[in-house]
Formats: sequence, structure tokens, C-alpha cells
Amino acid sequence: MATAQPGAAPAPRPLLSLSDVSVTFGGVTALKGVSFEVMPGEVHCLAGENGSGKSTLIKVITGVYRPDGEARISFDGEVYDQMTPVAAQAAGIRVIWQDLALFPEMSVAENIAFQEVVGGRPRRVDHGAMRETARKVLARLGTSLDLDLPLRDYSIARRQIVAIARALVGEAKIIFMDEPTASLTQAETSHLLAIVRTLSREGIAVVFVSHRLAEVIEIADRMTVLRDGRLVGVYPAREMTPSRITELMTGRTFDANVRARSHGTAPAVLAVEGLTRPGEFEDVSFVVRRGETLGITGLLGAGRTELALTLFGMRRPHAGTIRLDGKPVRFRSNRDAIRAGIAYLSEDRLSLGLIQPQSIADNLVIASLGKVMTGGLISQRRKQGLVARWVGELGIKIGRQEDAVSTLSGGNQQRVAIAKWLATDPRLLILDAPTVGVDVGARAGIFDIVARLAAEGLAIILISDELPEVYYNADRVLHMARGRIVGEYDPRSIALPELEAAVYA
Amino acid sequence: MLRRLQTQTTEMVLLAVSVAICLVLSLASDRFFTLVNLFDLANASAVNIIFAVGLLVVLIAGGIDISFAVAASVVQYLTALALAQIGGGGWVSGLLIAGSIGILLGAFNAFLIHRFRIISIVVTIATFNIYFGLLMFFTRGVSIYDLPDWWTGKVILFERQMADGNWAELRLPVLVMALCVFATWALIRHTTTGRQLYAFGDNPEGARRFGISVAAMQFIAFGWLGLMAGIGGLVQAHYAQEVVPNALYGRELDVLAAVVLGGARLGGGRGSVLGCVLGVLLVAIVQNGLNLLGASPYAFRMIIGVIILVAITLSNAQIGKLFATRSEGRAAP
Repeated sequence: MATAQPGAAPAPRPLLSLSDVSVTFGGVTALKGVSFEVMPGEVHCLAGENGSGKSTLIKVITGVYRPDGEARISFDGEVYDQMTPVAAQAAGIRVIWQDLALFPEMSVAENIAFQEVVGGRPRRVDHGAMRETARKVLARLGTSLDLDLPLRDYSIARRQIVAIARALVGEAKIIFMDEPTASLTQAETSHLLAIVRTLSREGIAVVFVSHRLAEVIEIADRMTVLRDGRLVGVYPAREMTPSRITELMTGRTFDANVRARSHGTAPAVLAVEGLTRPGEFEDVSFVVRRGETLGITGLLGAGRTELALTLFGMRRPHAGTIRLDGKPVRFRSNRDAIRAGIAYLSEDRLSLGLIQPQSIADNLVIASLGKVMTGGLISQRRKQGLVARWVGELGIKIGRQEDAVSTLSGGNQQRVAIAKWLATDPRLLILDAPTVGVDVGARAGIFDIVARLAAEGLAIILISDELPEVYYNADRVLHMARGRIVGEYDPRSIALPELEAAVYA
Repeated sequence: MLRRLQTQTTEMVLLAVSVAICLVLSLASDRFFTLVNLFDLANASAVNIIFAVGLLVVLIAGGIDISFAVAASVVQYLTALALAQIGGGGWVSGLLIAGSIGILLGAFNAFLIHRFRIISIVVTIATFNIYFGLLMFFTRGVSIYDLPDWWTGKVILFERQMADGNWAELRLPVLVMALCVFATWALIRHTTTGRQLYAFGDNPEGARRFGISVAAMQFIAFGWLGLMAGIGGLVQAHYAQEVVPNALYGRELDVLAAVVLGGARLGGGRGSVLGCVLGVLLVAIVQNGLNLLGASPYAFRMIIGVIILVAITLSNAQIGKLFATRSEGRAAP
């Protein structure tokens, strides 16, 4: 098959090419000798764990950081000794940052055409021209949005589209998308990927930075993998599998075995019957047994989080019963739920789960202050003891207990959040999207902890819209759609693709 | 038009409430809905509206300012001294001097905020005390009555004698106010600088990534408020026909409350000139009405407090929902 082709056409010139790029920040090496190349119209994936240098590389290309030494950037036939943000913009390089950098109070039109009011002397704004620019770009994306409504009226998925539209204003030749799907559901992601394909057909190169491995393989032509600031390699995307990518990104191998076991005779910790909150979920019934991990999956908006918040006492059911260890319970607030032994790891660790600027120790004991109190005051000795115990038990890598939680990596933060709830001695632990923002390598560690806790007898509800997560880690999987449970699966008797077909149908 | 109503709910609600209150007041008091009273209302609200549109710009840019009212007092004094030096001056030199000093005082706030990265409320509480302390110290609390004639002389734009013999007069402050309102509207709505101010208040990091200068935004916002404070100070002294060092002390909170009532968001990115003007007018109408009805001035304070609480509670969530037909699902994908 693979024969030399001496007469083949010369390879097309790359649109963007960097070679031997190194960046150091005060002695810390962020990138070392990295080369990177993108062809015109190519969909290229830049993969790597947090801290592997992906963002640094993008910032070098857009002129935010200056690389050390002799590194040169060539883009669209021009060689730049030193890229600047203005030159990058003018040359057609666009970045859609993970936080989108949009203006929620401003109208859709202004968000898209904002470039028109930046730069140069102060001048009159041509609102009509801005609307026209916005309308045209949205039409190019096959979308129409109400141009006059403030962006805050739109969902994350549509804001994403606005961000893409903004990037297309002017002559875009290459668009970097930093974790564009992090907060999208599968259906919204598909729509986004369709847009990426459209751009690619128009000859615009798209560089996709993503954690989600399945979609990466689906969309990309080639993939550049970084690890610890170094280039691991460049691969044709269609030859990759998620486990191979994980291996390349982490330098380790992970076994992906279904962990499911049967818990048919174990006593039920939680039994829910006919639970209903109109508009959120209807007639939900299920049982979680001692030592069992129950997975609940479904698209965003299926009512999973609402259900979890109801079990946790933060919302009241309109109908139905919740039984804990056989006894019906009625929570007035989540304080009642915590006292009854229910713990809920919130889906949004950054804003809800942990108090970022506070110390690891304070975060860890906040839900179980009763245990560290003596005579109405917090005993530092008891607090340190409790923290040390859980830090050891969950293998959390910390410097000092007093360091701010924000100094930890995503995976370690999530462990602190789990430890916070375990310190309350729960009988039921609800994990809502526990791996969002956690590196692939650290995810496995989180699930090892979950498996150990289950083996110790804790009942666990694992909520996630990443199907492989629930498939590999839960004993049973419930599928929720439009507020109802529409299917129950045993991972031992169904293959992942079948489950995916059932859920995404 | 319907679209416009939807995106300007706060303004429309304010307008409706103001009209309703006016109706009630015209029924309750036969003196409310008279040209004399309405012109008085306009003359008396002019200075607050000038301050308010200045403060609006700072709020839109994500800042807050407590010091502008006492800064206006400082401007009055320094302007009076400067005018005495140049032998009296006139409206042009007066506005130039007052405006420049106002801008300088505003820029000093911006400098402290930007240079030392201190949040604006802390900086302006500090400068509020510094300005007021210096003013009282150097003036020993003594007022100036000996002002140039052009400054204190009544300028009537429009007058008409009513059936009862009273004169209804629209005075100069209203014209100055109209110019300030128009200039601010043009600035924030129709210049690139204005849109950058909105963007900066809405998402400072997002604005920075567009290459918008953070320093420029702070200096423009606080400089504009300084300019308005300077002009407002000049006009207030004209209206009162004297310069009293503590005349404007406490005015900052009244104006701030009215601007927030007008829909400006503490934290930046939201607010309109129309809403701001309506906010000041609503407060003024309520005060005027209570006066006419013979209510205690303390009742007014209490009622304004309640109005602001209700307005802010309603404005974000409920009102929007009541009027909105917009829903996420409606827009085509």
C-alpha cells in the first residue's frame, strides 16, 4: 500500500507555521521547542492537559506572549519576528477564548460588530452598519438571532455562536477555539461542530482546543498533542481513539473496564417514588442501594440537576415521596438534608462548590463545623486533625492547609469538594458533573475514590452528561429526558455505542 | 416599537409610574398641575439632573463616585476666587474655569483608582472627606454672597403671567441641563468612546482584550462626571445666588439613588440617559407633591427609600418577565 510517490504534487504551503518555540516565565518553562503547523482550511486539534502549554501557544501566536530566542512565526506567507495582538488581528488570526469575552448587557449586534467601535479616533457610531455587519455574519453561519436583544437573554450555546460570529467579522483566516464545548450539551455541540465544518469548507482554518476526546476525533483533520510544554507529536485525527489520545496527553495508560456490580439484595438507602416538580421533572421513581453507584445521564435541561437539588432539600417536590432508609423524609432546607446524611457535590465547583479565595482547611470543614467546635468556638487542633485526615484519605496534593483553594489544580479542588462532603459522614453522596474542568488524568483518580467509597457502603448518585463516565463507573444508568426517566441500563449488558445511540437518539 | 419597549422596560415603567403619580397629585392638589409649579420643578431639578448624567457615565463604566457633590462645592469656591482674580469674567470664562476644575478633581479620582488599583467607592469616600475637609478648613464655613452680577442675575428663558398674577418662569439652569443631557446622550449612545465605556463596565477583561485602554476609560468616565459636577456647581450657585460650602453636602446620595432608580446598574454596563432623567424627575415629583400636600420632609425621605427598594427589587427580575414575550426558544437556530 504505502509506496513512495515521487511524482506527487508538492504539499500545499501551511497557513501558519511556528518552529522551535520556547517560553519561560521567571524560570518556569511553559513551552520548550514546540513546533506547530496548520494548513489552510484545516480543522486542527490542539490537545493536552491543563498546564500542558496549549494556552501559552495560542498566546504566542496572537502576540500576547513573546517567545524566547529566535522563534519565528510565519503566517499566510509573511514572516513575523514579533507578533503583536494588533498585527495578529489584522492578519486574520482570531481567538475565541473559553470565557468568550462577550458583553452580556450589550445587544447581539454590538457584541458581534464590536471591532467597529474600537481603535482609531473617537468617532460617531454607525449603529445601522453594525447591525448590517452582524446580520451578514450570522447569515453566513446559517443563523439568525434578534440583533437588538441584550446578550444576557441568550443561553451559553447561543452566546458561543455570537462569539464565533464576532470572530468572523473582517477577514478571518484562522480561528482558535479554546474549549468551545465545555459548557454545551451534546446537541449544542453537534450544532457547533456543523458550524466548524462550514468554516473549514470556506477555507478558514479552525484550531480546536478541547478536553472532550470523542468530538475531537469526529471533527479534526490532524491533532497536535502537547504534554508538559513539549510537543508529543502530530497525528492524523482519524487514526486516533479516545484512549490513545489520553495516553499521549498523560503519558500513562488507563484501563477502561466497566465497574458495574449488582446490588440486588442490599438495603435501599434512598427510595424515591412519583417525585414531581411541574416543568422540571415528572413522576420520577428509583432506588439507590447501599454501596451502589447509580448513574443519571441525559442532556442538559433534562431535569437532572433539579432532581438532585430536590433530593438535597433545596427545592420542594410538589408530589411524590422520598424515603431515606425506609423512612419518609420531608426537608425544609438543605440543612435538614445534610443532617439526614445527604451530601451534594454541586455541578459548578468554581462558583458554588468551593469558596475559592478561602483556605483549603476552611473549605474542607465548612459543611461539618459542628465536629470541630468546642464550647462554641472552632478548635484549630480539631480542624487541623479533620483536614489532615481527609487530605490523606483522598490523596489530595496540597502545600499547606492554609493555602487558598484557588491555588490547587482542578482535580485536587474537586477532591477537596468531595472531602468537604465526606466529612459530614453522609449515607448518600450526589455527584453532579464531578469532572467538569478536571484533567483526564485526574478524572481517573476521582473515580477511584468514588469506587472506594461505594465499596465502603456509601450510596452514590453520579450525574453526568459525559456518557462514558456513567457507563464505566456506575452500577446502573438511568436516562432522563424532558424531566422523566425514560430508560434504565446495566453497563454489563449494553455496549457504550448502543447506550450512546439510545441517549442521543 | 414593541422591540424598543421590550429593551427599555425600566424606562417605560418609570414613565408610567411618574405619569400615574402626576395624575394622582393633580387630583389631590390643585396647585400641582400648574405651569408655575411645573416650571419650578424643572428649575429645581436641573442641577440634580446635570449631576445625575455625569454619575451615570461613571456607573456605566463600572465605577461609583461619592465625592462629586462636595467636589462641586470646591469648584464653586475656586471658581469664585478665580473670577475675582480676573475681574469678574462672564458665563464663558465661568464655565471654562468651573469645568476645568471639575475635570481635574474627577481625574484625581481616576488617577487614584487606576494607579493604585483601589476600588472606586473607597477612593471617592476618601476624596469626599478630603475635599470637604479642605473646603471647610479653608473657608471656615463662611459663605460667599459677593458674586459677579452675571453669575447671580436671574436669566429667564421663557415666562408667562398666570391668571392669578403669578409668573411662571423657565430659567437658565434648565437650558444648561438640556445641553448636558444632550451631550451625555450623544457621548454614551453615539460615540465609539461611549460604547467602549459600556463594554468596559460590562466586562472589563473582554474590553481589555479588544485593546481598550483601562486608564482611558477611567479618566473619561470620572473626567466627564467632574465636568458635570463643575457645571452643576456653577449652576447651583447661580440658582441659589450664593456659595455656601456645605450646600451640596449629602446631595451625592440623593443623586446616586435617583440614577440607580433610573435603571443604571451598580457594577456597570447598564443605564440610559432617559432612565436617569426620569429617575431624578420621579424623585423630584414625589418630593414636590408631598410638599404641596403638606407632608413632613421626613416622610419624603422614607417614601423615597421605599420606592428605591421596590424599584430595584422589581427591575431585574419581575418586571422583565411581566412584559417579556421573548424566550430563549423563540429565536430560530
